[in-house]
Amino acid sequence: MTSHVEDANRRDFLVVAGNAFAAVGAASLIWPFVQQMNPDASAKALASTEIDLAPVKEGQAITVMWRGKPVFIRNRTKDEIDAAAKVELSELPDREARNDGLSGAEPAVDANRVLKGHENWLVLVGICTHLGCIPKGQSMNDARGDFGGWFCPCHGSHYDTAGRVRKGPAPRNLEVPPYAFISDSKIKIG
Amino acid sequence: MTRPYLAAAALTVALAAAPSQLSASEAGPEIERQTWPYSGITGQFDQAQLQRGFQVYKEVCSSCHGLKRLYFRNLVQPGGPEFPEEGVKALANEWPNQITDGPNDDGQMFDRPAKLSDPIRGPYKNDKEARAAQNGALPPDLTLITKARSVERHAHWTVHPFLMLGDIAKGYQEGGSDYVHALLAGYVDPPADVKVNDGMYYNTAFPGHQLAMPPPLSEGVVTYQDGTPGTVENYSRDVTAFLAWTADPTHDQRKRIGWQVVLYLLVTTALLYLGKKKIWANIKH
Amino acid sequence: MSGHSSSYQPTSRWGKWWDERLPVARMMHGQFVDFPTPRNLNYMWTFGGILMFCLVAQIVTGIVLAMHYQPSDTAAFNSIEHIRRDVNYGWMLRSFHAVGASMFFIAVFLHIFRGLYYGSYKAPREVLWILGVIILLVMMATAFLGYTLPWGQMSFWGVTVITNLFSALDTIWDGLGTGIVEWLWGGYSVSGVTLNRFFSLHYLLPFVLTGVVILHIWALHVAGQNNPTGLDIKQPAETVPMHPYATSKDIVAMFAFLTLFAWFAFFLPDYLGHADNYIEANPLVTPPHIVPEWYFLPFYAILRAFTGSFLGIPLGSYAKLFGVVAMFGSVIILAFAPWLDSSRVRSAKYRPMYRMAFWAFAFTCVALGYLGSKPADGVYVLWAQIFTVLYFAFFLVAMPVLGLIETPRKLPKSINDAVLGSGGHGMPAGATAAPETR
Repeated sequence: MTSHVEDANRRDFLVVAGNAFAAVGAASLIWPFVQQMNPDASAKALASTEIDLAPVKEGQAITVMWRGKPVFIRNRTKDEIDAAAKVELSELPDREARNDGLSGAEPAVDANRVLKGHENWLVLVGICTHLGCIPKGQSMNDARGDFGGWFCPCHGSHYDTAGRVRKGPAPRNLEVPPYAFISDSKIKIG
Repeated sequence: MTRPYLAAAALTVALAAAPSQLSASEAGPEIERQTWPYSGITGQFDQAQLQRGFQVYKEVCSSCHGLKRLYFRNLVQPGGPEFPEEGVKALANEWPNQITDGPNDDGQMFDRPAKLSDPIRGPYKNDKEARAAQNGALPPDLTLITKARSVERHAHWTVHPFLMLGDIAKGYQEGGSDYVHALLAGYVDPPADVKVNDGMYYNTAFPGHQLAMPPPLSEGVVTYQDGTPGTVENYSRDVTAFLAWTADPTHDQRKRIGWQVVLYLLVTTALLYLGKKKIWANIKH
Repeated sequence: MSGHSSSYQPTSRWGKWWDERLPVARMMHGQFVDFPTPRNLNYMWTFGGILMFCLVAQIVTGIVLAMHYQPSDTAAFNSIEHIRRDVNYGWMLRSFHAVGASMFFIAVFLHIFRGLYYGSYKAPREVLWILGVIILLVMMATAFLGYTLPWGQMSFWGVTVITNLFSALDTIWDGLGTGIVEWLWGGYSVSGVTLNRFFSLHYLLPFVLTGVVILHIWALHVAGQNNPTGLDIKQPAETVPMHPYATSKDIVAMFAFLTLFAWFAFFLPDYLGHADNYIEANPLVTPPHIVPEWYFLPFYAILRAFTGSFLGIPLGSYAKLFGVVAMFGSVIILAFAPWLDSSRVRSAKYRPMYRMAFWAFAFTCVALGYLGSKPADGVYVLWAQIFTVLYFAFFLVAMPVLGLIETPRKLPKSINDAVLGSGGHGMPAGATAAPETR
């Protein structure tokens, strides 16, 4: 359209400042809208859980929930521990310990996957590192894969008795959550 | 034809001249407004008062009333009483009203001590049990009580709008607190002409004046650690403040952010107005 | 959209590529950048933009709240408390949504009153106006459904009372009303089933609303905006491009409005609500005094004005039906304003008698709002009846009759004439048309 007004688009300091202020306000409004999708206060409050291990006999395993995820706890037999300890690092597709209780990247030897003095207890987040399925192997009757640990039926990943991936598409070893023994037969995860 | 409107104006004047008529039908007890640390647009909770208030709740109110929407973890968080975490853990562990959990491996429900992530339960499992134990009266959960009560203004309609504008300007939202305080401190001997029913107590603030809750507070019933005198007035104020927090635990943050937002908006509005004047400077409109 | 063609010139190759395939930028430029707006618009014309903001804000905050809300009779109330207490910034988002509904209505009421004052409903804007009335109805439905969701005492009993209105149809055909009510409820009383469907509809209607809003803007851009003089635009010099002129004004008003919004959202989040809604819904206990949200109060007062008799006229068993018809009629009658008003002059600026009637009508609406908040007994009912008569008299008496008997003030020759004074200040001389007088 035509207009008799001259230089309608003249910008001076005030106009720029006003628009800049408005833009900053609009941008900062995004923050609460993004934050609301993060875990809320009630979810954070459940971030740790305590488990009594006394009923778990050698060779048995239990599954508990921590932060909505299954956690595998296996009371390993002597044979299983020995089998895991024997494995050379060079045989492993993923050579990092993936233990949240350790600071920094450590090699994936069996000692770095468990707590010292409690080597029979293997505690793992029971989620396949490939695409998030739950591997088989907790129950005595389950297929435990070629390495006696766990086997993920979704895409055929095999884990050994230290929860390390040995075969299949999974890129990483099963994660070890942060946990500690609060007594001889009780652990606290998280 | 403006006649109906002239008639309306005339009637309006007539109505204004007959003030008492309108408020006659709604004469509930008049509740006095109090000054609270958290009053108005700038008020914030007084942490020491919240701590004392919790003590009153724990030692007096909790024998009948729960706080089921409040969690032990809330007692630790910023903006509240901010008790130390270890103390609250111990408190939760010893809390007499345990949490029903389960089923366990035998398929049974069981009671266990509360954790930080558990709500502050009252003594009764459900409303029916509460009524059975309290002669049919239900002690309400107190978490939201200061939000769930309000005070109605008994102003004449000609001044009512202005009082409302005044409340908006002041940011008055403490009607529920005013009411709870008036109720707790409102137990008096009934007037001679009032017959108080069996199991009821006369209260100046309660609608109808007959309340099933016996006077909960008396001088010295709670011993404060910080040397605040143990008067009914103090107990009532402190526990009311605490309950105002339980109903609105994000209150302090809300007003703090509110000021930042309002000041930002005022400045930006002014800037935009100046910019608009500049843009329109050469145009008569 | 309208006869106005866009002056859009794509500057980049990318822009040109799009322009030849899907000229969205061209359309937006034509409708919202160089669209001609009357130069004499005052701040009452900023509410359109503010309402657009309100709609978007309600949808965005609503979608976010729906991520945390649980529409079930056992969980709804708790989930609102969860949002207030535990969700990150949940208290803020809920506050924005709840206060936002009130702000939406403040803006829409001012927008409507502006239209009534300046005659924006008259030809050629009848369709624009009727679309506006439809928007108001959909907004009211959405707000009503939304108020159910917190599942507090006032939510529950508000739904019970308002849905029961339809049972008035039993007086026309026995069982019809009851059938409709039970169909709405999905049971024999308001229950979790009702809550679920109300949530679904509450989520749906804003998008219906958006569709009608688009039509409303389309119709606006066909007819062009009205202006304080109510005169038609006679020459381009009477307009300015929408951007930066109208937009710079809109944004000032919007930020002023946001300041009020923030004041309520941060300092008085519960002021516009009702304390009883912090008590979880209990089908066994009715609150002593049921009131709807403030924006429904005038309509609620009209509903309750029809008790057993109306200003001494006995209504018998039809009282409830009359009340319901009057309440819905009080909104729908707005749609007939273009044909009820007999005056050829648009703006109340030049209509002294209509102007008085307008302000009396505004007072009537406020009075009805006040009466709607009071218990329905004694003198309040009488006053509600009187003001109900005045409400309808504005449309059915004042609008048709005033146009016939009043002598309008002398109209300026044109918008420029009104703005620049009769001298015209170097405006083209030939641009005169017959002054709009009767």
